[in-house]
Amino acid sequence: MKSVWKVALFLGLASPLIAAEKPDVQTIVSRANVVAYYQGKDGKATVRMTITSKQGQKRLREFNILRKDVTDGGDQKYFVYFQKPPDVRKMVYLVHKHTDKAKDDDRWLYMPGLDLVRRIAASDKRTSFVGSDFLYEDISGRSLDDDTHELIRTTDKLFVVKNVPKQPDSVEFGYYNVSIDRKTYVPVKMEFYDKKGKPYKTIESAKIETIQGFPTVVKSVVSNLQTGSKTEMEFSKAKYDINLKDSIFTERYLRRPPREAIR
Amino acid sequence: MISSGVIRAFLVISVPAVVVLSATVTASEENTEESFFSELPVEMHGFYEVRGGYRLRKDKYEKDMSIMENRFQLDLYSYLDWGDIRFKGDAYGDLVTEQGYFDMRDANVFLRPLDYMDLKAGRQILTWGTGDLVFINDLFPKDWQSFFIGRDTEYLKAPSDAAKVSLFGNWANLDIAYTPRFDHDRFISGERISYWNSNLARLAGQDAIVHTDKPNEWFRDSEIAGRLYKNIENYELAFYSYRGYWKSPGGQTPTRSQATFPDLNVYGTSLRGSVGKGIGNVEFGYYESADDQSGRTALINNSEMRYLIGYAQEIGKDLTMGVQYYLEQMLDYGRYKNSLASGPTRDEYRHLTTLRLTKLLMNPNLRCSLFTYYSPSDEDVYMRPNVNYKASDNLTVEAGANVFFGDNPHTFFGQFQNNTNIYTGLRYSF
Repeated sequence: MKSVWKVALFLGLASPLIAAEKPDVQTIVSRANVVAYYQGKDGKATVRMTITSKQGQKRLREFNILRKDVTDGGDQKYFVYFQKPPDVRKMVYLVHKHTDKAKDDDRWLYMPGLDLVRRIAASDKRTSFVGSDFLYEDISGRSLDDDTHELIRTTDKLFVVKNVPKQPDSVEFGYYNVSIDRKTYVPVKMEFYDKKGKPYKTIESAKIETIQGFPTVVKSVVSNLQTGSKTEMEFSKAKYDINLKDSIFTERYLRRPPREAIR
Repeated sequence: MISSGVIRAFLVISVPAVVVLSATVTASEENTEESFFSELPVEMHGFYEVRGGYRLRKDKYEKDMSIMENRFQLDLYSYLDWGDIRFKGDAYGDLVTEQGYFDMRDANVFLRPLDYMDLKAGRQILTWGTGDLVFINDLFPKDWQSFFIGRDTEYLKAPSDAAKVSLFGNWANLDIAYTPRFDHDRFISGERISYWNSNLARLAGQDAIVHTDKPNEWFRDSEIAGRLYKNIENYELAFYSYRGYWKSPGGQTPTRSQATFPDLNVYGTSLRGSVGKGIGNVEFGYYESADDQSGRTALINNSEMRYLIGYAQEIGKDLTMGVQYYLEQMLDYGRYKNSLASGPTRDEYRHLTTLRLTKLLMNPNLRCSLFTYYSPSDEDVYMRPNVNYKASDNLTVEAGANVFFGDNPHTFFGQFQNNTNIYTGLRYSF
């Protein structure tokens, strides 16, 4: 038995094995965070969002997204190149995300018609992302330090973690539960409850694929029970570890996007 | 004469309509046969727009109709292995002037010949600087007429025929924009907007259209603008220089029969970055009026110092506010006053404040915004309210106004009082 452990340690398998047995809640949320937002050291994907209102009216958003991690689980850079709808086509949205609480994210928007590079002053991350039911924070990840985490249930397949905001006044929800796959650490469902404890929004991972060894949510659906609207987000052409240069996340490429973003 | 003008206007309006119909067909084909369309090397987009507006006050020098046009924009873009090619042009029929126009806004190639160098040559829109609808070091052409009559803000920038070389280094980056033949602003000439005419010492418009004597020779009457910039921890520092001409008329010929564009050199700097919960910016520029360095010539603008400080922050849910303070200081003011024969004088210091409020509503298909210029020294105001609603991914409706008022008829915005107008527009994009 002892020698088996030695072999496992040597192969570097020990930590996941041990973690799988009895991870603490902090380990669970940290790993889920990395799986959800930090796969590989960088990556790209084409994202298609279909927003369906309560009345059934559909709106479409399509953009290519490039991501590069500065540190795993920490700062990141995002480059978003819009393709649809036509009035935002070729707009570029650049984010330097900072996990340090004292520092707001740096955000830029390039408007091609005016050849204008604007700094975005908006700092509220709990506003809609491009008019969808996803919030900025759902896309770029909510800082783990913003909530207290409690493992409320463990089933055969899932860890269920309850997250309570440390500053309740800064957010519109009361708390949210995240169901995390025990094997892959992919968050498969998020349920948001309002201040009175009534569920009002869910985000579900509808389809998960393994791409280059990384489990990837390729389709997720957010349903807003209050407004009756729904947004489906589909990932395609996802690729990891494509060696994006740091310079892509600068003004040079804002004004003229790299091929990786256009294609 | 009139009937032929109307027929011409009808023709220029109906032709784009036919084009847009066929374009709409293409756009819908794109949806059904996307794989086929995305194989093509050319991306085709654009919009069709109708826009109309009226003056709210009687202006005896201009028509009541401030804007009435049908516009079709076609945007063709192709990226090849060696570079990008872009054409973007507007065809529009204008019922105010009863003419049809074609305005080529982009016709350029983009190359990346070296790892540290970009080159864009041809007709293009160029912008830099930190101000929000206030420009100090951005000396690329503006279209003030479009801005004041209620066209989309995009049209405030007029295209340049230029070559822009950008060099990127570890220490700093450098942009150089060379315009071989001077591109002036599409300035207020009296054709569409009435203005203060200092020679007549009264308001004027179509009865006194400004004629210009402009630097017009290729390569001799050129402009060159440079920007050296660096991002230091996301604080954007830039230095600028410009050698060319006053972009809107800045002088007159000795007989005062024509307006001129005297020589102008500008040196400036700017800094922009996060301050507290928002974004702050400062910008400065020294305008050296090279043809009148002493300030003694009454017919040519004096040199100026221009300063700007601004701050923008989110102040509520989906509500942002931006404030700016701008100061224009005329140099050699005493000589300017002595050189003037009569008429109202400009102040030595022109103070200007701006306030922008933008509120997004209905997730966020409805955008309400108000941009206000207020000058305490000129005692005049210019307000730009606008409501823009995205009825669908392709269809946008908007309405807005350009409201001018002031205590005096000769001040920067006060002179446009009678041009106060409202407008509405409908745009189908594909």
